[in-house]
Amino acid sequence: MILDWYIVVYVFALVIGLQTIIHHHYHKIRRKTKGYWYSMVTLVSLAVMGTAGVFFGIEQGSFFMYLFRHIQVPLGATMFSLLAFFMASAAYRAFRARTLEATLLLVAAVIVMLGRVPLGYFLTKGLPEGFQIPAITEWILMNPNMAAKRGIMFGVALGMLSTALKVIVGIERGYLGGGK
Amino acid sequence: MILLISLLFSFNQIASATPPTDVRAYDAPNDEGGRVRVTWELSADDTDESISGYEVYRNQTVDGEYEYRGFTGRGTSAYTDDVENTVFYYYRVKVRGKALGNSDFSEPSNAAAATGQLFHTGRTNVLLGLLVFCGMVGFFIVSATKGKELFVRRIAGLQAVEEAVGRATEMGRPILYIPGLSTPADVATIASINILSQIAKKTALYETRLIVPNRNAIVMSIAHEVVKEAHAAVGRPDTFKSGDVFYVTDSQFGYAAAVNGIMVRDKPATNFFLGMFWAESLILAETGASVGAIQIAGTDAVTQLPFFIAACDYTLIGEELYAASAYLSREPKLLGSLKAQDWAKVIVAALMIAGVVFSLFGDRFFVRMFEVQ
Repeated sequence: MILDWYIVVYVFALVIGLQTIIHHHYHKIRRKTKGYWYSMVTLVSLAVMGTAGVFFGIEQGSFFMYLFRHIQVPLGATMFSLLAFFMASAAYRAFRARTLEATLLLVAAVIVMLGRVPLGYFLTKGLPEGFQIPAITEWILMNPNMAAKRGIMFGVALGMLSTALKVIVGIERGYLGGGK
Repeated sequence: MILLISLLFSFNQIASATPPTDVRAYDAPNDEGGRVRVTWELSADDTDESISGYEVYRNQTVDGEYEYRGFTGRGTSAYTDDVENTVFYYYRVKVRGKALGNSDFSEPSNAAAATGQLFHTGRTNVLLGLLVFCGMVGFFIVSATKGKELFVRRIAGLQAVEEAVGRATEMGRPILYIPGLSTPADVATIASINILSQIAKKTALYETRLIVPNRNAIVMSIAHEVVKEAHAAVGRPDTFKSGDVFYVTDSQFGYAAAVNGIMVRDKPATNFFLGMFWAESLILAETGASVGAIQIAGTDAVTQLPFFIAACDYTLIGEELYAASAYLSREPKLLGSLKAQDWAKVIVAALMIAGVVFSLFGDRFFVRMFEVQ
């Protein structure tokens, strides 16, 4: 039942959301701020998709679905694929061995990456089983890595409980716009 | 000829498996009702590949035709049946043969009906833990309200908030605040909105522009009111710009693309990524880093934390996100709950060490006390 309420509330919130997005981009266009033509593209896209959905339906084979499949989905996939390049640049910064922690991170990352591909096995297959890279990878993931993750999760669980309690008893009112 | 036919016939006869015995039925414990648990002693033939498993049948009377309910594989001696509450059922089980033939029906079980239980006895330890924690929160809040000075450890990411807002003010550039991509049902989003309230007060005071793009329309509505209230609270209601708190899209990567565009065009001096994030976290944080913004992130999503740590200047790890509101507001009541969190962690750590010690000495009783069904 609460889920049904959420859907009803969400529909009304979506109308307000639409109003804000139109308001935001309309003002950008009117003031001709930097990159205002992106706002024009946004508003035109919104109008086209909205018209297609409302007047021609959203079922399979409709114009709306055509636009969704051939524009929205590839654009989303493009953004997602950019992640690979961002990972490379972030890894470069994180793995620069300037401090002891960064060096440890670099060593652990190299071992784990090698342990996930056949090369790791071939490089160390002559060593005793416990010293082979795949075994060390497994140890890193299941021991120090898992311990750190569980430690964080304990803290998160207590934090969630505490926040929920503060909200229930009304001590925390920031999310209502109130509080000191 | 007759002898030959009778001999052939006798070779084709397959012996039947022995039926299971001691079939019992009872209300499945610790549930909301609607389930009956059936158990039995395995068939004497359940020792090799001679049988496939067990077929379970039920009826509302002992006699009469039993209805087929389900099948469990060889070696299993229990089955949970979906039933109507408070209606009594009898059960019979028979073996489905493989090398052997199907068995006869077992003797019928006792009559059993399902009812819901109000209390889950298998989770008593969770209730006790919860009560202890709530008691601690209450105790520290009362202590703080009475004026007791509470020491709260320094959190670098939160110490930097003032500096980050000041930097944006000096540079005359906006601040970008991302309240995560989740719904208000997520506690991380509530925590993020609480932090937004504190940051909005600071930006309102310094008359710095605060941009809050949202992925969820309800979160947008809440954020809008929170920022508006914050401006009013510091006596600057006129500086609130309604258009700066807006909805973008429900699409995850559509949202990421829009926020990246804002970063590249508006060049915010400070980016806050606080709340729940998924795969878009690194896309946002790396773009923010590329435009030279000081970045403070915080999430309870363990899988996204490494990305934020790599790409942001400061990262609030897990619980620090929940501590932020109290830390920034310095309100005694909120600080009291932080103290309770810290003490709860001390207790959890002590129990873990005790569990390890008991396990090393071969005692499993202590560890089993914390198992949850």
